[in-house]
Amino acid sequence: MNKQLILDQVTVQYDAIVAVSDATFALAEGEIGCLLGPSGCGKTTLLRAIAGFESLSAGSISLHGEYISTPKRTQAPEDRAVGMVFQDFALFPHLNVHDNIGFGLSTSSSSEKASRVLEMLELVGLVTVADRFPHELSGGQQQRVALARALAPSPEILLLDEPFSNLDAELRTQLAAEIRLLLKKNKVTALLVTHDQDEAFAMADKIALLNAGKIVQIDTPYKLYHKPGSLFAADFIGKGTIINVGIDASGLLGNNLGRLSVNALPEDLGNTVKLLVRPDDIAYDESSDTKLPIVSKSFLGPNYLYELALKDGQCVPCLTHSHIDIPVGDELPVRFDLRHVVIFNSD
Amino acid sequence: MEIDSRSSGFKSPYQSSGRGWRTYLFIVTAIIAVPMLVIFASLLQPFSSAWQHLFDTVLIDYITNSLLLMAGVGVGTLVLGVSAAWLTAMCEFPGRKILSWAFLLPMAMPAYIIAYTYTGILDFSGPLQTALRDTYQWQYGDYYFPEIRSLGGAICMLSLVLYPYVYMLVRVAFLEQSTAVLEASRNLGKKPWQTLFLVALPMARPAIVAGVSLALMETLADYGTVAYFGVSSFTTGIFRTWYGLGELTTAAQLCALLMLFVFALIMAERWSRQRLRFHHHSAQKKMARLRLKGWRSALAISAGGLIVFLGFVLPASQLAIWASVGWQENLDGDFLTLLFNSFSLAAIAAVCCLIVAVFLAYTKRAFASRAELAAVAVASLGYAVPGTVIAVGVLIPVAWLDNQIDFLSTTWFDYPTGLLMSGTIGLLVFAYLVRFLSVALNTVDSGLTAIKPSIDESARSLGATPSRLLSRIHLPILRTSLLTALLLVFVEVLKELPTTLILRPFNFNTLAVRTYELASDERLVDAALPALAIVIIGLLPVLLITKSILNERFSNE
Repeated sequence: MNKQLILDQVTVQYDAIVAVSDATFALAEGEIGCLLGPSGCGKTTLLRAIAGFESLSAGSISLHGEYISTPKRTQAPEDRAVGMVFQDFALFPHLNVHDNIGFGLSTSSSSEKASRVLEMLELVGLVTVADRFPHELSGGQQQRVALARALAPSPEILLLDEPFSNLDAELRTQLAAEIRLLLKKNKVTALLVTHDQDEAFAMADKIALLNAGKIVQIDTPYKLYHKPGSLFAADFIGKGTIINVGIDASGLLGNNLGRLSVNALPEDLGNTVKLLVRPDDIAYDESSDTKLPIVSKSFLGPNYLYELALKDGQCVPCLTHSHIDIPVGDELPVRFDLRHVVIFNSD
Repeated sequence: MEIDSRSSGFKSPYQSSGRGWRTYLFIVTAIIAVPMLVIFASLLQPFSSAWQHLFDTVLIDYITNSLLLMAGVGVGTLVLGVSAAWLTAMCEFPGRKILSWAFLLPMAMPAYIIAYTYTGILDFSGPLQTALRDTYQWQYGDYYFPEIRSLGGAICMLSLVLYPYVYMLVRVAFLEQSTAVLEASRNLGKKPWQTLFLVALPMARPAIVAGVSLALMETLADYGTVAYFGVSSFTTGIFRTWYGLGELTTAAQLCALLMLFVFALIMAERWSRQRLRFHHHSAQKKMARLRLKGWRSALAISAGGLIVFLGFVLPASQLAIWASVGWQENLDGDFLTLLFNSFSLAAIAAVCCLIVAVFLAYTKRAFASRAELAAVAVASLGYAVPGTVIAVGVLIPVAWLDNQIDFLSTTWFDYPTGLLMSGTIGLLVFAYLVRFLSVALNTVDSGLTAIKPSIDESARSLGATPSRLLSRIHLPILRTSLLTALLLVFVEVLKELPTTLILRPFNFNTLAVRTYELASDERLVDAALPALAIVIIGLLPVLLITKSILNERFSNE
């Protein structure tokens, strides 16, 4: 497939501090990517390097087959066809919506410019507020202005820096879905930066997970959740607990957890493994003989999230319907469903 | 009882005496407003025949000269202030940090002092022209040299010392501009210089308007410079009408006319401060300054250096040279009396301003209803009103009152009291209070806003009595603001010329008055010692602002 954006072994350094090292990542035309990671992992630095606000100390960035950043040459931000939606939207406070969106259009003819602005206003559904100033708009409207302004000059790629962090929680998921639809319909190549996995899952075709300046895994949202490639990924994505369990050659786990099918096991396994247990890996089963004491529980509306103690004291989560209401201290009958469980070598 | 005291929150400490406090508030603001009311009431008086004379002769001059002065100083402070702010806030070059505080130095230099210093430097007999004549063997009349004692000269002098108002406000505006907004402009294809004119400057527009308005208020208030340069403007006209023609009412009516100009500026400043709210965006990231290299960097250093040199270094050095020439004869008992007079006067005025400011600020905080806010706003208008106007507004009612008392006392008790209040220190201090109250009030007010009502509430819910609340919470938080307010008023009073000139007791001299008198008598060398004293003390508030600039997160990299 035609690669629109290629990051090749990118390293960004501030004086002695390495913010991002050896990052390799590519996006095809029309694909929506995401840089996901905890704060300070270097994801924003990487985005700013693509926009031209940071220089590389090693590696290269190319857009549509042309190098835009190398250690020797950083093309100026204004000279690259990269659109960006900023975290606080960064709308120009002295310009109205119409002029904000038209700011980046360089066409000489004013009628062409006006028609492009109108097209953008229609695209984001803001025709009625074209004359308003940014401070007269709601947060969601401001964000759509920022999006329209970034898309107006038809950039080769759209960058979104934590685009939902300034919005109400309820608005976020709705807007994420809306924006994904809009970008897909217009075949926009886009790269999103976020620390919120729900946003990443809702928006992206492909996620690069970052930790401490390095890309640790690049995968689809589904694989990232169900097949985390590292303990960090397992810990960061989704809810779950990592426990240490003994195991023998036949796949029998300690703590009465049951038996793993041998051909699913990685080779050269030690005597203990680390096991990622998601809340849905342990199911409530009235008829089960396995009963675990309840350490704590929290009410989530449709569900209860129980924390159960294993024989050796380690805790595991269990998600049940909220009708299953058993007091803390009592025991919960459960069945282990180990088909999807993720195993790491213990060292 | 429990619930009562909690629901009424921070108001409770004052509640028992609430009505008393509010009554005092209105009495205090009414007294402070008297001078202004007198000025406007003068418009109701019949216009004397002196107006015909004014119309025929000098009034047009007063108006055109004041307008030209404002236009010139407006452009001058705009260009100097915005360039200085742009260089230190948005660019990076060697010496930027030094310049960012050095740009404030001219604030320490009162306009009338820089005016007479430059006159000494640039006059026919001054060092520059003498050197030119010696070098080129010229004689008098052989060459053209611009006349400093002119309208253009006054514009230059005032611009050189007033641009820091623009610089301070615009610099903060630039620093607080969201870096993301500037980056957004680059991201949308605009070059750095396009970003300056399309985004950064328009966004700083409210700060620019506010800064220039303040500079122009000072321009209208200036008496020393225009009087020394012989430029007919409103302030000199008021003096002339009063002392020359002896027309008190006409002088007050001229003051009222001048206030029209002042109110236009107040409106402009208020309007722009309101706009500032919308333009405020906090910058989250460290500012990436534009790195100047090669000739650009050299240009930045020399342009910035030249502004500071002309506005402070050169005149201050000239003063120091003159002072060192004559200090042995000038540093005598008279000078010490001068120092004592000035310092004690300024200290008394500062303490009075502080007491009233604290009272007003607390009352406003406790009873923030529309009437109280309006009263406090009226009381703090003084900063915009020229000292000459306040002096006239103070003198007229007091003279009237003195005469009434004298008349009654003579008729009833056959005992002439003479003028009881006119020409007393107390009256002078009252005029300072009217003029500089806002300086203290703004400082105390901004300190007090740091103590949110919830802090009071939490302290009281933890069992603190009102007095404990004051001593353990408010005073420690406010201490810096209170000291700053004292210092600012102290220095302003020390520098103030026209108010002192009109209202001082007979034979009572201050540093400012003495400097002005000696300079007017062309005794420039003798004037240098008191002038230098004013400049050095004027540096104190500059140091204070400098400290806060150095503490900014942006300048520490």
